[in-house]
Amino acid sequence: MVERKKDEILHDHNNDRVDRRGFLKCMAWAGTGALYVMQGGVLKSYSMSALSKLGSTAAAAGELSFVQISDSHMGFNKPANPDVVGTLKTAVEKINGLSMAPEFVIHTGDISHLSKPEEFDTVDQILRGASAKDVFFVPGEHDMLNDDGKQYLERYGKGSNGSGWYSFDKKGVHFIGLVNVMNLKAGGLGTLGHDQLEWLEHDVKHLRSSTPIVVFAHIPLWAVYPEWGWGTEDSAQALSYLKKFGSVAVLNGHIHQTMQKVEGNVTFHTAASTAFPQPQPGKAESPGPMVVPAEQLRSVLGITTVSYVQGRHALAVVDSTLA
Amino acid sequence: MRRGIRSLALAAAITGVTLIVGSASFMASAQPVPVPSAGVKIDNFSFGPAQITIPAGTTVTWTNRDDIPHTVVSDDKLFKSNALDTDDKFSYTFAKPGTYPYFCSLHPKMTGKVVVQ
Repeated sequence: MVERKKDEILHDHNNDRVDRRGFLKCMAWAGTGALYVMQGGVLKSYSMSALSKLGSTAAAAGELSFVQISDSHMGFNKPANPDVVGTLKTAVEKINGLSMAPEFVIHTGDISHLSKPEEFDTVDQILRGASAKDVFFVPGEHDMLNDDGKQYLERYGKGSNGSGWYSFDKKGVHFIGLVNVMNLKAGGLGTLGHDQLEWLEHDVKHLRSSTPIVVFAHIPLWAVYPEWGWGTEDSAQALSYLKKFGSVAVLNGHIHQTMQKVEGNVTFHTAASTAFPQPQPGKAESPGPMVVPAEQLRSVLGITTVSYVQGRHALAVVDSTLA
Repeated sequence: MRRGIRSLALAAAITGVTLIVGSASFMASAQPVPVPSAGVKIDNFSFGPAQITIPAGTTVTWTNRDDIPHTVVSDDKLFKSNALDTDDKFSYTFAKPGTYPYFCSLHPKMTGKVVVQ
C-alpha cells in the first residue's frame, strides 16, 4: 500500500489529474500570495517568493500569463482615494515588476469614473507604460455614461459586437469579453441580453471541450450579493453554454475586492480595484467607496495575475496588493 | 385653487417632503403662482424618500449626495437624467397625475416612485 499523500487526487472526473478538492485547495491558496500551477500533471504550489524560480520553468513549458486590472475609476477624487492616477501608476509598476512577464492586460471595466474623454486619455497614457502592450477592455457602467456607450465603442470597441462583446484566442486559450452593464432594468442586476447570449452560444459551439476558456466581464457573473446588485440576471444562461468545457475561468471586477468561488469546472474570481475599496457584502449601509487609513489604502488595492500551462489543465490566479 | 392647497398640504403630510411655496403670492390671485417643488436626496445608494406624493405641476429635484454617480430614469423613459456626480442635481416637472416609477440605470436596485395627484 502506498502511503496516502497530503495532495493526493481523490476524484478525477476529467482524467486530467485535477479533482474538485485539489482545485478548491488551489483556490484557497490564491489570494494569500501563493501561486498554484499544474505542471507535468502534478499539483504544485509556490510561495510568492519562489515565483522567480517558477518563471523560467513556466516559460519553458509554454505558459500563458496575463494580468487583470479593474476599476481604475480615473477622475475619482473623493476621500477614499484622492490620487487614482498614482495608484494606477503603481499597478503598472507592479505589472512591470512581475517575474513572469505577462503577454497582455485585461481591464474589466470602470476605466473612467464619469466617461470623460480626458479620463480615458489618462488611463490609456498610463497603461502605455506597461511592459505588456496589448490591453483588452470590457466596459463598466461608468464607461458608458450619457451616450449609451458611443465613446467607449469608438475608443475600445473596434471589431467587437453589439455593445462591445468579443472573443479571441491566445496560445490555445479562448478568451471571451462580455458586456453586462447595458440596458439594466429597474430592480434588476447586470444583464447580458438576448443578442449577446445568442452570440456566445454560437461563439463556443465549435470549440473542443478541452479548450480552456476565460470569460471576463465587469459585473460578477455569479450571485455575489444580489441585494447590492452584485450579480448578473442571465449569467446562468451564459454558463450553460460553457458546461462542456473542462476548464472555465470567469474574471470580474465591479465589487472592488477579491473574491472567488469554484463551481464544477468553473472558477469565478473578482479582482481588486486600482482606485478604492468597497465594503464586504452587507458589511455597510451601501456599497459606496470605503475610506481606510491612508497608509492602508494600497494594501486593499491590487492586480491579478493569471497563468495557464499550455496543453494541461492548469490555472493559477494570484492576487497581489499594491502595497 | 382650494383643491390645490389641500393637495399640497396632504402631500407634505404624507411624505414629509419640503414643499417650497411662496405662500403670500400663492394666496394672492393677482400674482403669478410659483411652481411648487419637492426634493429627493440620493444617499447611500438609495432615493430618499423612496416615494413622494405631489400635486400636478410640481417640480421634483433630485440631489446626489453619494461619492458615486447615479442617474434618475423613469421606467418608461419619460424622463432620464445624465449621470449625476456628487452634489449634481436633476429636476423634472410632473404635469399630469399618475404614478411614475423610476430607478438608477447604473445601480438598478435603486428604485423610487413619484405619485402625482
